[in-house]
Amino acid sequence: MTRLLVGTKKGLFILDGDPPEGDFDITTRAFPGEPVDFATRDPGSGRLLAATTSPFYGPKIFHAEAAVADIGWEQAQGEWQQAEGVALPEGGEQALERIWVISPGEQNGTLYAGGDPGVLFESHDGGLSWALNEGLWNQPSRPDWQPGGGGLCLHSICPWPGDPQRLAVAISAAGMWLTDDGGRTWERGNTGLRPRYLPEEALANPNAGRCVHHVERAPQRPERMFMQFHGGVYRSDDAGASWTDIGGGGLPSDFGFPLMVDPADPDSAYLIPLVADMDRVTPDGRVRVYESRDAGETWTPRGDGLPAEHAYVTVLRQAFSRTGEGETLELYFGTTTGEIFCSGDAGAAWARAASRLPPVFSVVAVG
Amino acid sequence: MSVVRLRGPLKTLAGGRGEHELHGVTVVELLRCLEDDHPALSGWIVDERGHVRRHINVFVNGERGQEQTAVAPGDHVEIVPAITGG
Repeated sequence: MTRLLVGTKKGLFILDGDPPEGDFDITTRAFPGEPVDFATRDPGSGRLLAATTSPFYGPKIFHAEAAVADIGWEQAQGEWQQAEGVALPEGGEQALERIWVISPGEQNGTLYAGGDPGVLFESHDGGLSWALNEGLWNQPSRPDWQPGGGGLCLHSICPWPGDPQRLAVAISAAGMWLTDDGGRTWERGNTGLRPRYLPEEALANPNAGRCVHHVERAPQRPERMFMQFHGGVYRSDDAGASWTDIGGGGLPSDFGFPLMVDPADPDSAYLIPLVADMDRVTPDGRVRVYESRDAGETWTPRGDGLPAEHAYVTVLRQAFSRTGEGETLELYFGTTTGEIFCSGDAGAAWARAASRLPPVFSVVAVG
Repeated sequence: MSVVRLRGPLKTLAGGRGEHELHGVTVVELLRCLEDDHPALSGWIVDERGHVRRHINVFVNGERGQEQTAVAPGDHVEIVPAITGG
């Protein structure tokens, strides 16, 4: 059985099921009516974490013990507690707008959370309390960072397997930032990115928008990373320092948001392209996941079981997830039309896991 | 003292009590006093900049107020989530 944590425009849904059958049951719901941007599980404690952005009361992170997933949603309401420290310094000129992602770190109990305006929080107690990463917050160039359409969002956090000192994060549209000293100092990693939306002369300006949409690291070869850009798909083989365009090779569009990898295969990547960039729906009215097994040289559509006509859906950047690896890699994605699709065989065949949910913001499979 | 009235989740975070007698000469002073009494409210009404959140309305004796609106003993301050949408 696989458990899915699904953040939606109207609360968190927890679903259990098996991908071959595609029938997932909703075991509980939390935060009804509240936008839940992301939810995940701390692998050490099993604790659940949810990032909410109330339109009234602002962004928060809540935590609950794992058992909350197995009780009725009315009971579950009282089980979620607000985490401490999820805020910017008091008295400044900026307020925290949203938490976009929460990602486990390499040390037990360490978690990272990325948010708008381009901020990284750290927790070392499994998500109960958080502190702002001062190194990134105090970047001298920060006043010149430019937000993307979704704000100045730090949306991708890529730990380095086995080395808690090394971390890569991506900010739309402040680009890639890399640290090898545990987040005390940060360097840019944008060499090779070619934003087509900028005039040629602006490319020399490091603060001109580098609108990274999503980044994933290949766990078995951590210097390799894949990136979905705002127009362009890239690969790095030097830990995010520089990037090579791999957006040809059979993709119907090199625009999109979601990206996933098979942890067993450093040459693997999965994309769900969208029509760029004023349309942002699946190309040709067909929902297809594109797979590469040669590090992005070629891309193959995987659509068996997915809607094949008049399907104009959008999959957001955090709404693609996986568990397992290799031949038993399970893939999941959710749409803004409230559907969840699943594959239990690395994308060869797909089934509908859920429908009629609110617009899906995020999907995390927790095995 | 002025009376601050809360409802919904704000009331829950303030110990389940809807009315709070507080000292302060401006709206934001009252709200900071409220946070001191009930730390769980920190960040829910006033953000890190000291601004009342955009979709929360403050009424002082029935008139729309802002952070620096003056309040006097006996005034009633209502904290109300805004009705948003069309």
